[in-house]
Amino acid sequence: MYAQMVDTGVKSLKHRSEMSADEQAFMARIDNESKIEPQDWMPDAYRKTLVRQISQHAHSEIIGMQPEGNWLTRAPTIKRKLQLAAKIQDECGHGQYLYSAAETLGVGRDQLLDQLHTGKAKYSSIFNYPTLNWADMGAVGWLVDGAAIVNQVVLQRTSYGPYSRAMIRICKEESFHQRQGYEILLTMMQKGTLAQKDMVQDAINRFWWPSLMMFGPNDDASTNSAQSLAWKIKRKSNDELRQMFIDQTVPQLEVLGCTAPDPDLQWNPETGHYDFGEIDWSEFFNVIKGNGPCNKQRLEKKVKAHENGTWVRDAAQAYATKQQAGAATKKEAS
Amino acid sequence: MSTADWPLFEVFIRSRHGLSHKHVGSVHAVDATSALENARELYTRRNEGTSIWVVPSNAISASAPEQKDALFSSPVEKIYRHPSFYKLPAEVDKM
Repeated sequence: MYAQMVDTGVKSLKHRSEMSADEQAFMARIDNESKIEPQDWMPDAYRKTLVRQISQHAHSEIIGMQPEGNWLTRAPTIKRKLQLAAKIQDECGHGQYLYSAAETLGVGRDQLLDQLHTGKAKYSSIFNYPTLNWADMGAVGWLVDGAAIVNQVVLQRTSYGPYSRAMIRICKEESFHQRQGYEILLTMMQKGTLAQKDMVQDAINRFWWPSLMMFGPNDDASTNSAQSLAWKIKRKSNDELRQMFIDQTVPQLEVLGCTAPDPDLQWNPETGHYDFGEIDWSEFFNVIKGNGPCNKQRLEKKVKAHENGTWVRDAAQAYATKQQAGAATKKEAS
Repeated sequence: MSTADWPLFEVFIRSRHGLSHKHVGSVHAVDATSALENARELYTRRNEGTSIWVVPSNAISASAPEQKDALFSSPVEKIYRHPSFYKLPAEVDKM
């Protein structure tokens, strides 16, 4: 999931009888599966939670360009390079759709970027891991985009209209990401040398657990998650989504002929799901806190890119101002 | 001038010949020309369109949410405006 641990600012869920008339009417609409639109009344906490979640999601798309950008100039063939460039361009586009959705809640894009650049806003923990070999491009596409898709498919039904519409658009585009990633790994496993096959297993070993962490902490004792589910911002819990991802991914892993770095991973015929081992949550919280392998580097690069683009924005503005002044003078003269 | 002051444009795309332009999202841009360029980059990466419109967001007048009932509840009851209201024998029901 591209948004993790989104704070709802709520300590405990309100009972209906504790709600104002506005809030009760709002909840009735949510229960009715009506979409909430920008001009509609909504509780402040709902609005704030959405801004946090949507902007975190947007930031993840934007920062998510970096681990893949790392391999753009070293792609093994021109075909792979074009595919990777197309995927990275999509990530940027997805960030833009999401910033637009966040803006409908009354927050400015500059404000959101500022929060990212100053480290106030978070993005998904997954993008703070390095991409060390070409197989990582496959593993990122297959596992990281795969995990994101599981989350985003469900988010198409989120209660806020603009967020839901952005998700529908993103889901349409993102399936290619996962398939191209898997195809990279499959090609290496079927046609590669022993060293290339080892590279695939190594990439899976490194990305397996961080991908599972993308769905966020366990459900128990998470008030934020319960509140987001009540508002139908989230439609399924972290653990449900994680299980869905594992269940669909293990058969794909077997087709590759690879293994997961989890000795406890096995099919459970009683539950009809895969059992899996305990996630190392200390690693997750450490990365979230800013101490992952690449946190510093990712943020520095983003800030620098923004600063380096200043002259382009200034030039565009200067040109537009000049054009408008020219048009105004012409009007006066005629 | 910061980009915070850049106006917002709503983007409409005509998907196939003969269909109306449809709202797809919005872009920030310094002017309409660059809004068109941004919209082309952002919303037509997969042959989505044959034509783009951009409209300054503040030029759109919209109905208010609180008018929803007054404006839209009356047609809900007028089910006789739909073809399915009229029950016909099976032999002619393709009409």
